[in-house]
Amino acid sequence: MSGPGIAAYLILSVLLFTTGALGVLIRRSPLIVLLALELMLNGANLALIAFARQLGDGDGQIFALAVMVVAASEAVVGLGLIVAVSRKRVDLDVDKLTSLRG
Amino acid sequence: MEEVLVWAVWVVAASALLGSGLAVVLFANPFYSALALIGNLASLAVLYLILEAEFVAAAQVLVYAGAVVVMFLFVIAYLGGRADAPWAGGPTLQSLAAIVAAGAIAVEIVVVIALRADDSIATSAEIEGAFGTPAEIGRLFLGNHLLAFEVTSIVLLVAAVGGVVLGSAPKPERRGSER
Repeated sequence: MSGPGIAAYLILSVLLFTTGALGVLIRRSPLIVLLALELMLNGANLALIAFARQLGDGDGQIFALAVMVVAASEAVVGLGLIVAVSRKRVDLDVDKLTSLRG
Repeated sequence: MEEVLVWAVWVVAASALLGSGLAVVLFANPFYSALALIGNLASLAVLYLILEAEFVAAAQVLVYAGAVVVMFLFVIAYLGGRADAPWAGGPTLQSLAAIVAAGAIAVEIVVVIALRADDSIATSAEIEGAFGTPAEIGRLFLGNHLLAFEVTSIVLLVAAVGGVVLGSAPKPERRGSER
C-alpha cells in the first residue's frame, strides 16, 4: 500500500484507543465519558480498516460499519439515560450516580 | 512523488487525529469536546481514504459528524449549564491511577502486537479497483454478511425505541404516586 505500513496504523489506533480509555477513566461528566467511548470505538475501527487493506479482504470494512452502527445505537441510549438522569435533579457526575433506584 | 504526498497527508491526518483525540478528553466544556470529536472523525476519514475504504470514510462522516455529534450537541444544549464539567483541580489519586491504567492498556496492546507480528504484516496484499467501493460493500453485505446486515437493523430499531422510552417525560399520574 502507498504511504506507511500497517505497523504505523496499529500504533495510531492503539494511541487513539488509549486516549479514549484515559477519558473514560479520568472524566466525571457522563457526556464526556460517552465522547471518549466513541474515541475507543474509532481506534478499534482504524485497526479493522487497516487490516482489511493489509489482507485485501473487504470483511474488515463490513465489521467496521457494524461497529459504527453499534456506536450510534450506544450514543442514542447513553444520551437518553443522561437526559433521564438530569430530569431527576441529580448531579451529572458518574462518581455520584451509584444507585439504580430513581 | 506520489509516495511523498501520501506520507505528508498521512502525517498531517495522524497528528490531527491524536491532537483532537486529546482535545476531546481534556476540554472542560462538553460543547468544545463534541466539536473536537468532529475534527477527530474528519482526520480518521482521511486515513480511511488512504486505506482505500472510500465507502467507510463517507459513512463515517455521514453517521458520526452528521448524526451522532449533532445528537450530542442537542443534548448539551438541552442540559445547558448543567452539562459543564469543570476539572476538579489538582491531580487526584484517581486521575493518576487512570493515567497509569491507560498507559498499561497501551503497553499491553503494543506488546501483544509485537509478539504476534511476523513477516506476514510486512507485505500488503494486492487489491483490485473495486476494493472498498459502495458496490463491493453492498455485495458483501447482501452476500456473506446478510445476517449481520439484518441484525444491524434490529439493533437500530431497539436503540430507537429505547431512546424514545428513556427520553420521553414520565406520565403525570406516575409522578404523582412517586412523590
